[in-house]
Amino acid sequence: MDYTNNPDVKLPLALIINMPELKENPFRNRIVESFSEDGLGNISFNDFVDMFSVLSETAPRELKAIYAFKIYDFNTDNFICKEDLEKTLNKLTREELTPEEVNLVCEKAIEEADMDGDNKLCFTDFENMISRAPDFLSTFHIRI
Amino acid sequence: MPKKKSDIIIKMEDVGMEIDGSVASESEGESRREGFACFFEPVLTGICVSVVLYLVVVPSEDSRRTSRGNLKPKPSPAPGRNNQIKRTPTNRSHRRSNEDDSEGYEEEEAPRKTKVNKKKPPKTQDSDEESEVDQSKRTKNGRRVNKQQKEDQNNKDKAREDMKGKGKDKAKVIENGKESKKRNKDTSSSSSSSEDSGEDSMSEGEMTRLKEEVEEKKKLISTLRNKPWRMRRRLECLKDAQQFVEKFEGALGKGKGRKLYAFKVMMTKKWIKFNRDFENFKTACIPWERKIKEVESHFGSSVASYFLFLRWMYGMNLVLFGFVFGLVVIPEVLMGLPYGSIPRKTVPRDEQAKAMDFSVLFEFGGYCKYSFLFYGYYNNQRTIGLLQFRLPLSYLLVGVGSFGYSLMVVIRTMAKNSNEGGDGAEEGDFTFAWKMFTSWDYLIGNSETADNKFASITTSFKESIVDEQENQKDENIHLRRFLRVLANLLILCSLGGSGYLIYYVVKRSQTYANMDEDELSWFEKNEVEFVMSLLGLVCPPLFETIAELEEYHPRIALKWQLGRIFALFLGNLYTFLFALFDEVNAKLEREETIKNATIWAMKEHYSNFSELNNSTAITPLSINPADVMRGPCWETAVGIEFMKLTVSDIQVTYLTILFGDFLRALAVRFLNYCWCWDLEAGFPSYAEFDISGNVLGLIFNQGMIWMGAFYAPGLVGLNVLRLLTSMYFQCWAVMTCNVPHERVFKASKSNNFYMGLLLLILFLSMLPVVYTIMTLPPSFDCGPFSGKQKMYDVIIETIDKDLPAFLGTLFTYAANPGLIIPAVLLMVLAIYYLNSVSKAYKHANNELRKKMQMQRDEEKNRRNNKDSTNQVMKDLEDLLPKKSPISASAKENAEVRSELGDKPSKVSQKPGAVATGRGVNLQRDVSLAMANPRMAVTRPPGPRGPSALPGNTLQVPGGRGRGRGQNPRR
Repeated sequence: MDYTNNPDVKLPLALIINMPELKENPFRNRIVESFSEDGLGNISFNDFVDMFSVLSETAPRELKAIYAFKIYDFNTDNFICKEDLEKTLNKLTREELTPEEVNLVCEKAIEEADMDGDNKLCFTDFENMISRAPDFLSTFHIRI
Repeated sequence: MPKKKSDIIIKMEDVGMEIDGSVASESEGESRREGFACFFEPVLTGICVSVVLYLVVVPSEDSRRTSRGNLKPKPSPAPGRNNQIKRTPTNRSHRRSNEDDSEGYEEEEAPRKTKVNKKKPPKTQDSDEESEVDQSKRTKNGRRVNKQQKEDQNNKDKAREDMKGKGKDKAKVIENGKESKKRNKDTSSSSSSSEDSGEDSMSEGEMTRLKEEVEEKKKLISTLRNKPWRMRRRLECLKDAQQFVEKFEGALGKGKGRKLYAFKVMMTKKWIKFNRDFENFKTACIPWERKIKEVESHFGSSVASYFLFLRWMYGMNLVLFGFVFGLVVIPEVLMGLPYGSIPRKTVPRDEQAKAMDFSVLFEFGGYCKYSFLFYGYYNNQRTIGLLQFRLPLSYLLVGVGSFGYSLMVVIRTMAKNSNEGGDGAEEGDFTFAWKMFTSWDYLIGNSETADNKFASITTSFKESIVDEQENQKDENIHLRRFLRVLANLLILCSLGGSGYLIYYVVKRSQTYANMDEDELSWFEKNEVEFVMSLLGLVCPPLFETIAELEEYHPRIALKWQLGRIFALFLGNLYTFLFALFDEVNAKLEREETIKNATIWAMKEHYSNFSELNNSTAITPLSINPADVMRGPCWETAVGIEFMKLTVSDIQVTYLTILFGDFLRALAVRFLNYCWCWDLEAGFPSYAEFDISGNVLGLIFNQGMIWMGAFYAPGLVGLNVLRLLTSMYFQCWAVMTCNVPHERVFKASKSNNFYMGLLLLILFLSMLPVVYTIMTLPPSFDCGPFSGKQKMYDVIIETIDKDLPAFLGTLFTYAANPGLIIPAVLLMVLAIYYLNSVSKAYKHANNELRKKMQMQRDEEKNRRNNKDSTNQVMKDLEDLLPKKSPISASAKENAEVRSELGDKPSKVSQKPGAVATGRGVNLQRDVSLAMANPRMAVTRPPGPRGPSALPGNTLQVPGGRGRGRGQNPRR
């Protein structure tokens, strides 16, 4: 790869998600996708730096919240709706919960965090919820 | 960012290359906007919408000028591409103003200042290149502006800027509108002339502004990485800002302290890294953390709580072990008389033959009995060794002190636990949401850890689901109560029955004890133990079965189960104790006779000696220590009993695990291939981890240790070994042969229930020990207190002999009942006072919690506009004749307004504004403008809906709520 002559090299998703820092992460595809400029997971160097700057230890909570929202918003409609939650949950538990349980959990999560009653979480809801989470900062970062 | 753009624009227009310039700025603006949109699309779109609408609403330029004081960004009248470009700065300032409304004005002003300032450098370079043709016009314009500026000289920067801004605005508009070249030059010259005038006042005001600007840029550089932008945009912005700072910093004499800053940054980084490493180190130092985490991830926090308890217990026992071995055992072994020197340290002649047999040693007879493991081995020398170590005193103090230490540790842990969020009281507004979004640790890079994490997340979800289902369960209260009462009755009956059985058996065993040993059968001899273990075997499952009637939450059920089995075991314990006391009393009697016999023998010897030798110098009797007649030494006997009990307890526990769990699991696993039914899913299945049984086993074992440690110092060491092995063994067993509970449930945050039981046991085991220390006479020929009337005499002796006299008198005063009784009274009063204070705090706490909950609900309801739970509103709505669309929209309108009144920033920031929030944004603009209604009234007020709702009265005579903002468009 000739990076000096052609600085706009993009790495495909398949390569990025195999790096050891992301390999075990259930959301690795989403992480890479939401940091890529084209939304498909093709990562340029800038995107890459971006990604690890946001996921670094020193990035502020607000910034992390924005990207966390993007990551958990699977269908990129700027809302975390029930589908997104189901996907999140299934990735987190490796689909070991029964559909009823998944349903219950998703409904409860929406009920807890949804402040404007539209049955999905917009960014404000998400930020409101995540800003009070005790573990968010300690878990949402990667060291490289 | 916006600053740079405007900078470019100005340069271009100054040089007169408007076409290229506009193209460049356009493309740049577009690309930037694209990045922006990707990042902050929701917010941006919402704001865009509001800005566009605002533009539409504004009818004329005049009104626009008047609106400068508003928080609104200054809009440019020309539509099209130009708008888009210019919106970038306004958007940003707008967003910031949302963050902090009070600063909104200055924030908005900032880019404008930049424009003004930035014109300076190009001006100096480019003004020479200005075409001479426009000279006259320029001077004219310049004069006009100059005049005005002189008027405003006295710090009226705002007005001046307004003018400049306007002129520039116009310039840009015209440029971007691609007007004729001449006119363009004209305007550009006008703007540059205004800069000319600015140059005049450059001296101080400009200087400070420039400084501010540099400061702002610096701030931007430092906070750049906190901005949610694409890296490319950040880089551009950074380069820009850095260039700017570099350019002007020298002029302003800035730039010092750069090294210091770098140093600071480096140090903070180092510090962070050090902290992290230190944390890692601390975590690595916690023993078995990984093991327990592994268990927790597969079996839930309830099973893990047992292991945490075990670990805690191990820690406490390690300290006790340190005390006992450091202050008693090791000094005696190192400095005391060696084995075989005195009778108490020698195996008696008749036992010596069998003293090394395994069966004897295993029963702690033979050499074990006459070793440092037991009380009897210790000598009553007041001081030993070179250090004048007072062993008897140390022995007593360690015995009492270990109780004191244990009490302190247990109580402190309980207090700490209850501080940590109390019992089951979770401040979980977002239990599931937090679990969902923050439970995965992004640091995990190891597949094994990841597997564990997946398992633990699943388990924790299951736990929360169980809790949730328990909350949702609506139940027949009367039936439930009846069943619970019934269950308690049944259990009380069985407890009473088992108590009576124990009593009966003990009575019978006392009669047996008086009979000849040979007449008794094996069963009759071991009846008590047999009945006890039978009860211990049958009762817990029975209780568990009965407890199913109650249908408690598993966590609460576990507590009940623990309490009930505890009650059962207490009977067990106390029977054992009573039996022991009987034995001790018998031993004491025997000892009395032996003591008399030895004294008699001694006297005989003396008289014989003096008679035979006719001299008063009596040589002491020299017999081999192994042949000396000795008493039964009841303390050692008690110690041996406890030792045996502990060992048999360990055996039973381990064998149960081995056979009950491991072999069962093996059988189920492998016989399943050739069996008629499914063994794994069907009857035997795999065992679940028995939390209650294990916890109680641990607690009772600890009780044994506390009771026995005084008589058998070695017991503590044995217990440490036991806990250590059982940690590994049980961890292994639970991971290999147990299955998680059917309903994995969360342990209560503080395992104070375990601690409470432990405290109770500690108290109960302290009683007999203290009783024996205070009342029973120590054996006359063994142990550190031999020869004294009471064990505590050793303290009195020390006070008398070693401490100065006044301390002795002090002690006698302190021991005066006149002093003790008031002290006790005072303590009781203090307890009462503290108790009432803590109750008051608890009450206040609950009130506050309720309030918070209410507030949250209220907020939610207010936002859940449609289906508001406000009953009054609902009733009012029902009272309406028809649900006319007007009233409905009016209601919504009102609600939207109230919402805006509370949290305007939230609404405008809401990324969802695109889809649903269009109306909301509209309303916002209008309601903000309400003080100054600028729109033309295009039609007469329509018919009002029935004004049953408060919102209706607020309605502006403009028509329907939703589309009102768009009215002027028509």
